[in-house]
Amino acid sequence: MTPSASPESVIAVDGIPLKTKLARALMVRRLRALGLTMPLLAFLFAAFIIPVLVFLWQGVHDDTYARYMSHSTPVLEAWDGASEPTEAMYEALQKDLVQARKDKTIGKVATRVNRELPGGRSLLTSTARRAARLEAPYKKALIDLKPAWGRLETWQALRVAAARYTPTYLATSVDLKYSGDGSIRRQDEKRRIHLTLFWRTVEISALVTIFCLLLGYPVAYLLSNLPQRSTNLLLILVLLPFWTSILVRTTAWIAILQGNGVLNDLFVAFGVIGDDSRFSMVYNRTGTLVAMTHILLPFMILPLYAVMRTIPKAYVQAAHSLGANGWVAFWRVYLPQTLPGIGAGVVLVFILATGYYITPALVGGQDGQMISNLIDFHMRRSLNWPLAAAMGFVLLVLVMFLYWLYDRVSGIDRMRLG
Amino acid sequence: MTTIAAAGDLTIVSWGGAYTKSQTEAYFKPWMASTGYRILSEDYSGGLSEVKAQVEAGNVTWDIVDVEDAEAILGCDEGLFEEIDPEILPAAPDGTPAEEDFLEGAIGDCAIGTVAWSTAYAYNRERLSPPPSTIQDFFDLEQFPGRRGMRKTPKVNLEMALVADGVPADQVYEVMATPEGIDRAFAKLDSIKEHVLWWEVGAQPPQLLVDGEVVMSTAYNGRIFNAIAAEGQPLAMVWDAQVLAGDNWAVVKGAPNLELALDFLRFASMPENMAVQASWISYSPVRRSAFERVGSYHADPDLKMGPHLPTWPDNMKTAIRNDAEFWADHVDELNERFNAWLIK
Repeated sequence: MTPSASPESVIAVDGIPLKTKLARALMVRRLRALGLTMPLLAFLFAAFIIPVLVFLWQGVHDDTYARYMSHSTPVLEAWDGASEPTEAMYEALQKDLVQARKDKTIGKVATRVNRELPGGRSLLTSTARRAARLEAPYKKALIDLKPAWGRLETWQALRVAAARYTPTYLATSVDLKYSGDGSIRRQDEKRRIHLTLFWRTVEISALVTIFCLLLGYPVAYLLSNLPQRSTNLLLILVLLPFWTSILVRTTAWIAILQGNGVLNDLFVAFGVIGDDSRFSMVYNRTGTLVAMTHILLPFMILPLYAVMRTIPKAYVQAAHSLGANGWVAFWRVYLPQTLPGIGAGVVLVFILATGYYITPALVGGQDGQMISNLIDFHMRRSLNWPLAAAMGFVLLVLVMFLYWLYDRVSGIDRMRLG
Repeated sequence: MTTIAAAGDLTIVSWGGAYTKSQTEAYFKPWMASTGYRILSEDYSGGLSEVKAQVEAGNVTWDIVDVEDAEAILGCDEGLFEEIDPEILPAAPDGTPAEEDFLEGAIGDCAIGTVAWSTAYAYNRERLSPPPSTIQDFFDLEQFPGRRGMRKTPKVNLEMALVADGVPADQVYEVMATPEGIDRAFAKLDSIKEHVLWWEVGAQPPQLLVDGEVVMSTAYNGRIFNAIAAEGQPLAMVWDAQVLAGDNWAVVKGAPNLELALDFLRFASMPENMAVQASWISYSPVRRSAFERVGSYHADPDLKMGPHLPTWPDNMKTAIRNDAEFWADHVDELNERFNAWLIK
């Protein structure tokens, strides 16, 4: 910053314009503030943002095939994906298979191809086992060995696998099928699952959010209107489950809700239902909804309580004295003042709910599963990390879209956590 | 479990519970006593994600993992495991070479079989009479009304459904290799779908049966045996159309103690040690010479283990042998289809 030479500027005693001095002072303060937040920012960057980006990158970038099959990759890329495969393609493939078998990389390639073509794994490994003994012309030799090499689908699958940047995982995660001829179609009906699960995730999260709001609002109201001593006691009751492991709370719900559980036993004991017509309240969507609502309730109550505590009682009293009945005073005077708390609670609960997977996995049965359970499956079981990454990306976009929608409708700046 | 491994400490990862207990008694303790090295025993819940993460990050802390057949193949294909030369395995006491003494398919490229276990169905004796006895009974809602427990995976369920639908046990995978065969299996599952409770963890079926949440459930035979023998629960197994699978030792690629790991594998493949394991848990040793040496339950000398093992001749009559190769090829496709079928 150079001192301003403008004649109007106020000069301080040491000859530097006051404006500059002020700017410098502010700059130092800002740097100090930045310095204090730096450790957290650096930590977030290294431990959260970079891993997330790297992981998302995996969803569109997969060079397993290109890395280990150097001869066939360029010919596959040059091929149009629709015409009859040429002898040159067969020859390149044979060379690659011999090499990959020697380098023991054939398994990785085969696993990659299997994702595009069921059965592709054993096709590649068993062909590779005998590839060294094949003789030209390779087209005939390979087709004689395994008739599958004569099919166009086989080569289209290879072409998809050979691409380093591929939309195939993203397509799969929204129930589309990307083929080697470049076309994108809807997935075979029997294998469509992702869109249903995304929709169900939104549905369950929305229901949980609504239940949390309905249950949490009166509790927060009570908390904010009681004398301080009783409030503290009640707050501990709200927070106690908060400090208990999710696993323990979920398992406790199984004990309460199951067919021979506490609740059903009580119903039978009081003659509400017969012994042979017990309610099934767990291992289905009901179980997921109940357990998730319970677990997420504190995230709704706390922001509501924080906002309600600051609302002076005088407003509602004034409304009453001006002739409003209880409902009108609540609806037109009290509720609007709690909107920032509602907004914070709703966003918090909804976003947390979309990512839940332990609870649905334990009590969800078959219709209480969410998209996160499938992501978990591909992370831990099938090791299809790119597909898991692609689904995670879609989920992220979905949540960001809903967040944007929320911002448009009610404004993020109105949200308050207290 | 959070102990830091010192140099020369062998880290062995297995499934925990009664299973790891049986390995501790049969292999870990005696090996430590004879070599003077320590074994750090860790638990995991299956799958290869931890192994993959360790190998890809170049920071391998596990030496040996106990993996199922499918993971043994997948892990070997993906280069996550060391290849093992079967020459290191000890011969049987009568001199039969290891490769002939092990059951067929028990020695893989990267994995050495340790036990054969089975998924079959079990029921609660106090809740079902007359008792079910065949796989058809499991699918018979008229004679045996009530909820069934099944593992939430297409594996085993498709096989059992086909056998219940009349496919001979030894032709199951030929039928499953055709699209019509898969349709047929799902159609059979459709007939009981509304009455199935899907379980995911091995500890669930005995609990569900005891609680009366289900009247019958597929289950790992070791879990049911444990509920009967150790906890005195009124459960019983039906061996018809049991699906036999194996567990294997695999050495993680780049394991910090490769030589020790191979020495442990040698030790854990000795028939006399394998027979000891079967006195702690009802899984069959995968060596013929070890199976012959199996004795009684460790806590009850009157309880002979033989008839409770999956490979006992009477139990094997209609057994289906899990085809790990078939599943390695079709697992993605069938999982997708199964999951889509579930939520419909």
